[in-house]
Amino acid sequence: MSYDGGFSGSEPTLREKILRLNWGLVLLVTTTASLGFAMLYSAANASLEPWAGRQMVRFAIGVAMMIGVALVELRFWLKAAWPFYAINLVLLVAVEIIGDIAGGAQRWLDFGVLQLQPSETMKIAVVLLLARHFHCVDVEDVNLPRTLLVPLAVVLAPTALVMRQPDLGTAMVLVMVGGAMMWLAGVRFWLFAALIAGAAAAVPVAWGFLREYQKQRVLTFLDPGSDPLGAGYHILQSKIALGSGGMFGKGFLAGTQSHLNFLPEKHTDFIFTMLAEELGLVGALGLVVLYALIMAWGVAIALLARSHFARMLAMGLTANFFLYVFVNIAMVMGVVPVVGVPLPLISYGGTAMLAVLFALGLVMCCHTHRNIWINRRGGS
Amino acid sequence: MQRRDNDRQRVFTRRAALLAGGQLLLLGGLAARMYQMQVVESRKYQTLAEENRINLRLLAPSRGRILDRFGVPLAVNQRNYRVVVTAENSPDVADTLGRLSRLVSLSDDERVRILREIRRKRKFVPVTVREYLSWDEVALVEVNAPDLPGVSIEVGELRAYPSGAKMAHILGYVAAVAQEDMDGDPLLDLPGFRIGRNGIERQFDAALRGRAGASQLEVNALGRIIRELDRRESEPGQDVVLTLDAALQRTATARIGEESGAVVVMEAATGAVLALASTPSYDPNAFVQGLTPAEWSALADDERAPLRNKAVAGEFAPGSTFKMVVALAALEAGAVDAQTQFYCPGYMELGDGKFHCWREHGHGSVDLARGIAESCDVYFYETARRVGIDRIAAMATKLGLGRRLGFDLPGERAGLIPTRAWKTATLGQGWVLGETLVAGIGQGYIVTTPLQLAVMTARIVNGGRAVVPHVARDVVQGRALAARLSAEAPSLGIAPRNLALVVDAMAAVINGARGTARVARLDVGGQLMGGKTGTSQVRRISRAERLAGVRKNSDLPWRHRDHALFVAFAPVAAPRYVCAVVVEHGGGGSAVAAPIARDVMAEVLRRYPSREAPGAGVATLPAHDRPS
Repeated sequence: MSYDGGFSGSEPTLREKILRLNWGLVLLVTTTASLGFAMLYSAANASLEPWAGRQMVRFAIGVAMMIGVALVELRFWLKAAWPFYAINLVLLVAVEIIGDIAGGAQRWLDFGVLQLQPSETMKIAVVLLLARHFHCVDVEDVNLPRTLLVPLAVVLAPTALVMRQPDLGTAMVLVMVGGAMMWLAGVRFWLFAALIAGAAAAVPVAWGFLREYQKQRVLTFLDPGSDPLGAGYHILQSKIALGSGGMFGKGFLAGTQSHLNFLPEKHTDFIFTMLAEELGLVGALGLVVLYALIMAWGVAIALLARSHFARMLAMGLTANFFLYVFVNIAMVMGVVPVVGVPLPLISYGGTAMLAVLFALGLVMCCHTHRNIWINRRGGS
Repeated sequence: MQRRDNDRQRVFTRRAALLAGGQLLLLGGLAARMYQMQVVESRKYQTLAEENRINLRLLAPSRGRILDRFGVPLAVNQRNYRVVVTAENSPDVADTLGRLSRLVSLSDDERVRILREIRRKRKFVPVTVREYLSWDEVALVEVNAPDLPGVSIEVGELRAYPSGAKMAHILGYVAAVAQEDMDGDPLLDLPGFRIGRNGIERQFDAALRGRAGASQLEVNALGRIIRELDRRESEPGQDVVLTLDAALQRTATARIGEESGAVVVMEAATGAVLALASTPSYDPNAFVQGLTPAEWSALADDERAPLRNKAVAGEFAPGSTFKMVVALAALEAGAVDAQTQFYCPGYMELGDGKFHCWREHGHGSVDLARGIAESCDVYFYETARRVGIDRIAAMATKLGLGRRLGFDLPGERAGLIPTRAWKTATLGQGWVLGETLVAGIGQGYIVTTPLQLAVMTARIVNGGRAVVPHVARDVVQGRALAARLSAEAPSLGIAPRNLALVVDAMAAVINGARGTARVARLDVGGQLMGGKTGTSQVRRISRAERLAGVRKNSDLPWRHRDHALFVAFAPVAAPRYVCAVVVEHGGGGSAVAAPIARDVMAEVLRRYPSREAPGAGVATLPAHDRPS
């Protein structure tokens, strides 16, 4: 019961924290992002304008923020979980309202300097909140209905809003991240089985909610050849570009399909295809290895952390990171339907870049504060 | 508390490991899929990628020229300047077109059409505003180029026939490709491509057309051309050299003048055609750009049939020009000889019928020489009666009548030489003797083309050799037709003595004291002409008409008048050239056709004074620069 005082390992000093920062992880992240800069430079036909230059600036800001986040006390983030989630929910509703006024599917809010996409930050908020939630729950109570009601609501509320945008990809990622968190918290297998069965039963209902183009995307995914000039065009062109890259690629700046615009969205969602076309299997696998190392680092941090909050947070954010990577790459290879999910650290886009670095900052925070014991009420 | 936390840490660790393992497995799956696509199936995707980005554009070859025997160009390629506008280079296309219309005439309809086309096409695709610009218009557009953003001049090729209507029936013309012309040559799919539609242009289209070149273009996803990757130049079409003499052709055409008819001039020994005129004619240049329906029907409905090449497709009763055939048939059969004489009282009675001689009061006693020279009809009624229709038909066929000769122009007609079997088969009636008599003077069922008459004459005067007519001498760059010239035509097996008899009689037609065509006498440096007149009746002047005052042929409506015919050869001493003239509904052979033959033959003898047949060897062509 000596731990009941809730204290073991005092708050490290700033100097200790800086020394404990995962500089290796920062290097990995920078290497990955640099690969992205090179691809954006190529996508703009060997020019820093309009993408690579801006992306570098954002990355620099993002890395500073990431380190800042890592140095903030972990307890602060635990306490910030609910407000952070609440703000994100409000922003999502705001997007919804503005979207209705603008009369279209709008996913971002314009703050002048930054076009914020709340659905990106919402995923972090969900992980943060669920980490906090399960941190405060006894292991025996995890499978009680009252314990599970909160996470379900926390996940489904933003999911419903995101679905309405409509952003099928983010909605699916939210559900899967929430699932991962519950899994890590120790929710029973049969509950998962029941949930999955329920989800399957909900598919016909959800189908009714989908917009026509989303249905088309799913149908096209099931049979891409059916409409090679229409909805299947993007998948087909992406596969052609990727496959034609071969083992060593066509060379940096020399991807014919990308540069002749056969490849759609080559600077955002389909940037992996361009990389695979220009740098070949070697380059593509290289990037996958970089991602795997980043994730391994995240898993290692989670396993070494002393507090359950830190464990859950690091593992949940790593799972979130994985989902980005997997869904994006699987999408451009035609393994899953085309859903607008960016490739983390590589795709051009402000919110996505900052959100990923923010999340990695939180993961690093779990490391700098790995020895901190946090009691169930969030105190030490 | 600590124990509880240890519990949930254990659960967490186990599940985190499972989750991480699952993630690693999924990443491995992605890597395997990448390997599958980028290594195993890479070739398939590379092919698809190449197909994506490479557009093959055909390069049209320049069409081979058609030259006369001296290398004078008869069909050439001219530059076709067209003005095009590219929408993306012009800030305001309508305004630019407005300014352009002040320089080159553009109707409002055309402007509407152009603007519609521009809206329909991608912005970087040039749209043709007008074709066939004059040089002045080109200069005007170029000078004003700064005020005409997006407007440029493109150069194409346009087939042109400098000799216009005079060669139309030989050369033919080129016209837009129709669906039924598609023969698998990708060139035919090219917009604006022209295919040989008639005459030499059609007969030798394959050689003239050339082979398509190709340009491999890299295009982007919108079809915009990025650059040329590879280029295989087109192979220009081969030039076709004719045996034709353009100057002589002009003389012949001019000499028929306003009449409707045909003139064929041929080398007697080779069958090489020097002139092949058919009138009236049409301007082939008009066909290249396309005729209006009104222009087309004006040509198609004309009773003088300007579209028909009458020299090869006009079928006329040969009239008295057929008498040589009857004479040779009789001589060969032994039915008559040089001394055989018949008495001509001006008619011959057969059963109830009375067959008139053209000379009302008769010729008296007539032998074969006089029969031909004075064209005594009664002599040939009797001769035909003796020799019989089938032997006449056999001789006619030997001499090239009644069947297609394999001439190298399209549309050749066979004519008709009747036999007993033919009549039974087609009309279901038996042959009657009166029909043999009528056939003896080249009337009745018999029809021949002017080309066949020229061939018949050539075979008679060249010693009985089966020459075949042709107008194409060779196709430059191989596939020479010259081989045909080196081999002497095979003999028809007609006794030279009999041929000489007939040739002498034909000489007397013009040069004898009582010949029917003394008007056509000609003497070019001692070289004389021989020949035979023919007047073929289209319709008898009926009793009613006679009573109404119609006495002469010229009183009848044009389409009922007689055809005037004449076949000729020169020089008499050693025949080198033959000529056949048919003037459709022209009247009497001696009055109308013979003078034309005389004038044309005089020109032939003046142009070819040498005894050596000109053009028999390969003439050296003047160096004409190919239009590029």
